[in-house]
Amino acid sequence: MQHRKSVRDILSGLIFIGIAFAFGYAATGYERGTALRMGPGYFPLVLAGVLGVIGLAVVIRGLLAREEEPPLERVPLRGIILLLGAIAFFGMTVRGLGLVPALFLTATASALASRNNSLLRALLIAAALTFLCTLIFIVGLGVPLASFGPWLRF
Amino acid sequence: MDLLANLALGFETVLTPTNLLYCFVGCLLGTLVGVLPGIGPTATIAMLLPITFTFEPVTALIMLAGIYYGAQYGGSTTAILINLPGESSSAVTAIDGYQMARQGRAGPALATAALGSFFAGTVSTLVLAVAAPPLARAALNFGAPEYFSLIVLGLLASIALAHGSILKALGMIVIGLLLGMVGQDIYTGTPRFTFGFFELYSGINFVSVAVGVFGVAEILRNLEHETTREVLVRKVSNLWLSREDFRRIVAPVVRGTVLGSILGILPGGGHVLSSFASYSLEKRSSSRPEEFGTGAIEGVAGPESANNAGAQTSFIPMLTLGIPAHPVMALMIGAFIIQGITPGPNVIRDEPALFWGIIVSMWVGNLMLVMLNLPLIGVWVRLLTIPYRVLFPAIIAFACIGTYSISLNAFDVYAIVVFGILGYVLIKFGCEPAPLLLGFVLGPLLEEHLRRAMILSRGDPMIFLERPISAALLACAVAAVLVAVLPAVRKRRDEVFVEED
Repeated sequence: MQHRKSVRDILSGLIFIGIAFAFGYAATGYERGTALRMGPGYFPLVLAGVLGVIGLAVVIRGLLAREEEPPLERVPLRGIILLLGAIAFFGMTVRGLGLVPALFLTATASALASRNNSLLRALLIAAALTFLCTLIFIVGLGVPLASFGPWLRF
Repeated sequence: MDLLANLALGFETVLTPTNLLYCFVGCLLGTLVGVLPGIGPTATIAMLLPITFTFEPVTALIMLAGIYYGAQYGGSTTAILINLPGESSSAVTAIDGYQMARQGRAGPALATAALGSFFAGTVSTLVLAVAAPPLARAALNFGAPEYFSLIVLGLLASIALAHGSILKALGMIVIGLLLGMVGQDIYTGTPRFTFGFFELYSGINFVSVAVGVFGVAEILRNLEHETTREVLVRKVSNLWLSREDFRRIVAPVVRGTVLGSILGILPGGGHVLSSFASYSLEKRSSSRPEEFGTGAIEGVAGPESANNAGAQTSFIPMLTLGIPAHPVMALMIGAFIIQGITPGPNVIRDEPALFWGIIVSMWVGNLMLVMLNLPLIGVWVRLLTIPYRVLFPAIIAFACIGTYSISLNAFDVYAIVVFGILGYVLIKFGCEPAPLLLGFVLGPLLEEHLRRAMILSRGDPMIFLERPISAALLACAVAAVLVAVLPAVRKRRDEVFVEED
């Protein structure tokens, strides 16, 4: 029987272990208490331990995997950067710029995450979305957001 | 009779112009996201949760519920017309429904799906109305140990019913539980895992988690391989069923409804499981099994009824126990909490108008959906031609505004980014996101009940086995996991889910 490692299992197991360590380490900083009166650190520490064991099991299973798995799909780097950047940008600027400019730029950047959108098409999509969202959220639902924020007032 | 009086109260609540309007809006939105592949009810409800803040509680919940079961209807349209399930629960509908559409019988297939769903929705709403009150009464006697065991059962059963690796699903639950620990400790007020961020004192915003792992991560997955959709049928005519068709669907619809009503109560997306189970049941009990896969109307009628019935009865654990059966129900619990109502067995007693209003609204909503789906089918077909490249920026825009408007806090928006990338990576490595969200919502409850139970028992963990109800629940939880890992069942389980991949 041929051994083929499962990259998916090994990597997800490592992520589990990493998260377990992060939480486990932080949990040691809180009061543990006893089983009778559990402190804030007790349950998280137990959970981190369980997660570490599960992670280890997943890694081992990945190392012993016998079935061939399809190769991992291409990572859409440009899409990820544009999309996540756009969301973070929205968070940073919505108060300062106001909804209309912040959303327009966010929508443009996220539309560009798809290779099927040209710059012109992305701008069109963003304009339509900004119009629609302003109508729905500010005019329709009365969400307390400024259309244009303090950064744009002189 | 109690039931009649209760239903009358429900109708009284629903039949106000505002509630009817929002029930309609919910059904419409649900159908919309059900029809459009690439966006599901979980992400939609998460995004819309913040705006329901300003509504009356009953109005908010009626609308959110409408989105959920509306999506079950809409998903079938996409499955039949373009062989791409709009929702995971309509994956099996695509098998025979699409073949029917290719033979020019899209009309009867859509009509079968709508009528079957309506029948199932009516029956299972009644099941809900009959079964919920006694269950809620029983749950009033539950103490901390029972609740702890119940949550453990809910979490473990959700893995047994899901597909994919059980070990990884367990890991995802624990990650969810750990994420749920972030924030101030309920007993001592110690801030945990906040890394100095004041925004994290009240915990991670669960709208951010839901939008990140179900909305953003899904979009990133779709960007891996961008394809264009082919719409097979641009015009659907002849929605009427022939007498022969009608005769053939009666039994499958009834069987699907029974199956769906039972499986829907189980945690972990019972409505998805029930549609698969119903398909194999129909195939096995049919006198013409060879027709399945080539456009058998029974293959549409059974699963569609089953998934809709399951969607309705999955409200039972949420409404009576306050325990969500799957991520959408977890969001509904969030909606209750936002409205200042603690979900659980007390809701039926303290807020009868809300409780019965939601139940009756489901039936009203189902009625609206039949009317929305059949005559307006042309509109939905046209919607299918909206390309994904236009759709996903809209999802991002709604996600940003929706999340930001919860508390006008940029931190919640940054959290989407974090959970989007975490969700994307984990899903890419074959981990399911649903258990994570369930764990996240149930984590604080689980810890609270554990700590309460331990104080009650003076630190003796045997309390969970000494109390009979708690012991029985834990036994069920262990059985669920054992059954799922047994080789024979694993094989069956893989078979049931094989068509989905």
